[in-house]
Formats: sequence, C-alpha cells, structure tokens
Amino acid sequence: MYVLRRLPSLIATLLAVSILTFLMTSLLPGDPALQILGAENATPEAIAAVRSELQLDDPLPVRYLHWIGDALTGDFGRSYRTNEPVSQAIVERLPVTAEIGLLAIVIALAIAIPVGMLSAYRAGTRTDKVISSTSFGLLAVPNFMVAILLILVFAVWLGVLPATGWVNFTDNPVQNLRSALLPALSLAIAEMAVYTRLLRTDMIATLQQDFVTMARVKGVSNRRILFRHALRPSSFSLLTVAGVQVGAIIGGSVVIETLFAVPGVGRLLLEAVLVRDLLMVQGVALVIAVSYVVVNFTVDILYSYLDPRISHGRSSARV
Amino acid sequence: MDAVRQEFDPPRTTHGNAAQGDVSTPMPNLGAPHPGAPDGAGPVDGGTGAVTEAVAGPPAKKKRGFGVTFWLAVTWLVAVLVCAVFANILPVKDPLVPDVLNKLAYPGPEHWLGTDGLGRDTLARLVHGARVSVTISVTAVAIGMVVGGFIGIIAGFFRGKLETVLMTIINIILAFPALVLLLVLLAFVGRSLVVISLIVGFLSIPIYTRVARATTLAVAEREFVRASRTMGAKNSRVLAREILPNVVLPVAAFGLVAMGVVIVLEGTLAFLGLSVQQPAPTWGGMIFDGKRYLNEAPHVVLIPSIAMFLTVLSLNLVGDSLRTRFDVRGSNL
Repeated sequence: MYVLRRLPSLIATLLAVSILTFLMTSLLPGDPALQILGAENATPEAIAAVRSELQLDDPLPVRYLHWIGDALTGDFGRSYRTNEPVSQAIVERLPVTAEIGLLAIVIALAIAIPVGMLSAYRAGTRTDKVISSTSFGLLAVPNFMVAILLILVFAVWLGVLPATGWVNFTDNPVQNLRSALLPALSLAIAEMAVYTRLLRTDMIATLQQDFVTMARVKGVSNRRILFRHALRPSSFSLLTVAGVQVGAIIGGSVVIETLFAVPGVGRLLLEAVLVRDLLMVQGVALVIAVSYVVVNFTVDILYSYLDPRISHGRSSARV
Repeated sequence: MDAVRQEFDPPRTTHGNAAQGDVSTPMPNLGAPHPGAPDGAGPVDGGTGAVTEAVAGPPAKKKRGFGVTFWLAVTWLVAVLVCAVFANILPVKDPLVPDVLNKLAYPGPEHWLGTDGLGRDTLARLVHGARVSVTISVTAVAIGMVVGGFIGIIAGFFRGKLETVLMTIINIILAFPALVLLLVLLAFVGRSLVVISLIVGFLSIPIYTRVARATTLAVAEREFVRASRTMGAKNSRVLAREILPNVVLPVAAFGLVAMGVVIVLEGTLAFLGLSVQQPAPTWGGMIFDGKRYLNEAPHVVLIPSIAMFLTVLSLNLVGDSLRTRFDVRGSNL
C-alpha cells in the first residue's frame, strides 16, 4: 500500500526534525541555568544544582534521548517561568491556532477556486487580466498589513467585528466565529492569491486536453466540463501547495495571533522565545514542526487517492 | 519564505502531473469567449504582460523589451536604494528628533508626509528606514545566493550520493516553518542589524540550493556542456565556464523576489518586537508604532505600509519578468 511504503520516510523525517529542534535549542549560546536563576541569584552552587536537575551536564546524545523519550509520552517538562507543564499549555492553545488556520484555508479555497477557474476559462480577456494582476498585487501585501487594514475597516470604521480578543467555541459559538474571522481573513488573503494563480495555470493546461475537446464535441455544458471534468485534474498542484502553505500559515499565525491578542500556539511560541523559556520553546517548536510534516504527509496520501495513477504507476513498476 | 518556496516549487514535479503537456500554448479550447485571441500566450503589454506570461508559461516568440510597468518598478527600486545609501546626505529632517507641537500631523508643507505619534518626521523615517530594509535584504540574499547557489550547483552537477545527502539535509531544514526557526534562533542569538541579516541569510540557504540545483540539472543536459566535455574540458572548467554563467542569472532573478520576502520578514519581526532596537527607524517598526493611532491618524500606518507594499511589488515584478526572460522552468525543483 502507498501509505505503508511512505511510512519509513515519514518516520525518518520526524526523527530528523526532532534532532534538529533539540540541537537548535541546546547548542545556542547562553547557559539556561543562568537564565532560570537570573543574574542576582546565580551562585555557583545554585547553577550546579539547576544544571544537574535539568541534566545539562550529560552528553548531548543522552540528553536528546531523555528529552525525546519523555516527549513521546507527552511530557515536555515544565515552563521555567510559570511552572505550567509544557504539554498542557500546548494542548490548550493548539485548537485556537488550528481553528484560525483551517478557517483561513477554507476561506482562501472558497474564493480561489471559482476565481481561478473563471480566470482560466476567460484566459487572455480583460477579466483574466484583472484577476491575474490583482492576485499578483496581493502577493506583495504582508499579512500584518492585511490585518491592520481589516482592523481599520471592520473594527475602527464600521465597528462590526472585534479588533482583539478571543472567545472559546464552547463558551459562545457565535462570538467565537466573530473573534476568529478577522485573524483568519488576514491569513487567507495571501493564500488566496497563491491558490488562484496556481489553479489558473493548471486549469488552462487542462482545458487543452483532448478529453475536454471530446466533452465539448459531445455537447456537455460548459459548467459541467469545468466542474466535473477539468477541476479534479487541475487541482493536484493546488492540493500539494495548500499543504506546503500550511507552513506559511503557521508562521503567519505567530504575527496574527500577537496582533489580535489570540491565545494560540504561535503566540505561545513567541512569548516563550521572548523570555527564553527553553523547554517551552523546544516543545512548541517540535509540535509545530511535527504537525507541519504530518500535514504534508497526509496531503501526499490524499493525492494518491485523487490521482490513482501515482500509486498504480509505482506499484506496477515494482511488481 | 514559504510563499516564494511554492512559487518556485511546482509540486507537479514530485508527482508527475498529467496536465503538464501543453503549458506553452495556454489558450483554452473551451467555448470561445475571446475571438481573435493572439497566438501563444499573447502577452499583454506593460506589467500585466509580465504577470500573464509568468503564469501562463513563456510563449514561443515574445517581444524583447519589458514594458512601462517594469521600468516604473525599477525606478522605484533605484529610488529606495538611493534613499538607503544617501540617507545622511539627503535634505530630510532628523528621523529621531520629535516636533512636539506637531504630533500625528497630516502631510503638509512643514512635514511632507506628516509626523508619527511622537512628532517625528515620517519622510525622514522612511528614508532612514530604507537603510535597514536594504541592508537586511541585500546581506541575506547575498549570503543565501552565494552559499546556497554553491551547494546547489555542486549537488546538481556531481549528482550521486553527495546530492542525496545534501538534498536530504536541505529538505529537513525546509520541514520547519521558516518563521519558527527564525524566532528560535533570534531569541537566543540576539537582534542587531548584522545578526538579523546573517540569520535570515543562513535560513534562506536551502531554498537557493533547490533553485540552483534545479537550474544546474537542466543546464548540465544541454549540448554546449556535452561539447565542452567532448573537447576534454575538466570538471572545474565546465563548472566555471559553462554551468555557472547559465545558473547565475536565474538564481539572481529568484533572489530579487526573495528580497521582497526578506523586507516583509523585517516587518514581521518588528511586529514581534524582535527587529532592530528602537528608536532606529525601520519600515516594519513604523507600521507597528502607527497601529496605536489607527483611530485618530490612520495615515501614520498607511504611508509606511504603502512604501513597503510598493517595494515588495516592484521586486516581485522585476524578479518575475527576469525569470520569464531567463526561462527558468521549475521542472527539476
């Protein structure tokens, strides 16, 4: 099976990612013990005590094995600052980021698919030029700029949506959506431009295929050709890129969550980074990187279902 | 960085897309909403031409010359560069001295582009802020291009185990969302102009490696490379005289687009309080500071935003036009 064949490379990647996360945060200059204690409390004995408690004096491979072993059981240690378990902090914040990110992708796709198809269908016309130039322009607008413009229009001028803050879905679903809408839109705009451009290119290529001509000759309606015949073969790149772009959304969520004061994983990472909360940084970075890898793995698998030629081609070659 | 990553990394390559065949003649044969459409992509003149071309794939024969929008973009970029280099000589006010009586002033004869919340001259801060944007983006792109380009050419030219090892490492680094890596590194290393430029440059190495390798793979197949080999040229000579000149331009075109990404990144860092220390003016910092006065004086935010937008847009436009000109297909990325 395709999934099983891809599994070893997934595990290898995850392993490599975890090693990189660990090395990155362990090899950097600065003694974590000193940072935990603060300059005034840092007597040599206190530093030695903290170092032995955190096993900082063990060789790196031993420390890595300890860390990853604990991480696999869901134990990332505790925050230096708040003494809160890292895993608990992540579990509390993850749904918020996931909701905003998913909403952003859904919004982006909901706009990009029809617009990209229209642009491809009318390739070369004025409509197409307007759409193409607009999406090209949108690529040059950073997400924080979108966020500020949205706040200016919807929160300051119109006053219809809250500029900052977060309401949990379980507390009030409507307010939750209202607080998620602007952050999600800020992330969605750039994605939308990327998706539109991509779908347009692929769709234009698909519309020249013989089966489309065939369908036209048979008198199939334009709408049916576009949605039933052409969309699926044109959407493969879109799907993969949507997976890759999850990285942009995760990166963007750091800024957007900070701007909108939303308690998500991105802001958690930023706060941990600002106070150099080592274990928190390690834990959050690992969870983010692992989610990103897993998302792209899943997209890869989905892809093989959408386009059966992939797994068939390879498996028949092996048999 | 991720947005650019995908621009140059058409995923069809990893999976062999069925719809790859006819990209070069991008007129759909569905219906006829555009009678008398020109041959090929029929690039429109001006800037939209660059856009349509880039998206639709290069037509068989295209006009030489770049069109008005391209040159407008170049002009803007030159202006920004001049501001950055001659910020101290240009007849602008001191970017750090507040005019306390004229806080949040609208654009006028006294302050051409108004003042910020402390009464500092916006034009002066824009001009001096250009210095930060230009320094960071040029340094970062230079590092990424030289180191990443070198690794990519080596990987693409020698192939074999070396390539496998190099590309595996590169792909693992790319498995991290770029901003996450950047944040972690910045927090522990520091945040001076030099450090930020170096780290961003270091982090962009993998993506240049991929672009350079892809281009090298394509160039290495060409007949003039074979000819050179047949004539007994050593590897070093083929690399220096045949491969390098043909890889540099496409990678440089990519570097222009990447410069825009780095400028945005500086803005992002400013928002996170991790950019160059205040009160040194940076575009990102100006937008961030201005956010406080969104209610009473939106122009404080909008003016630096427009400057940043125009710069990134120009870089994208110029980079994209050049890329189309050099005909870099993503076929081996």
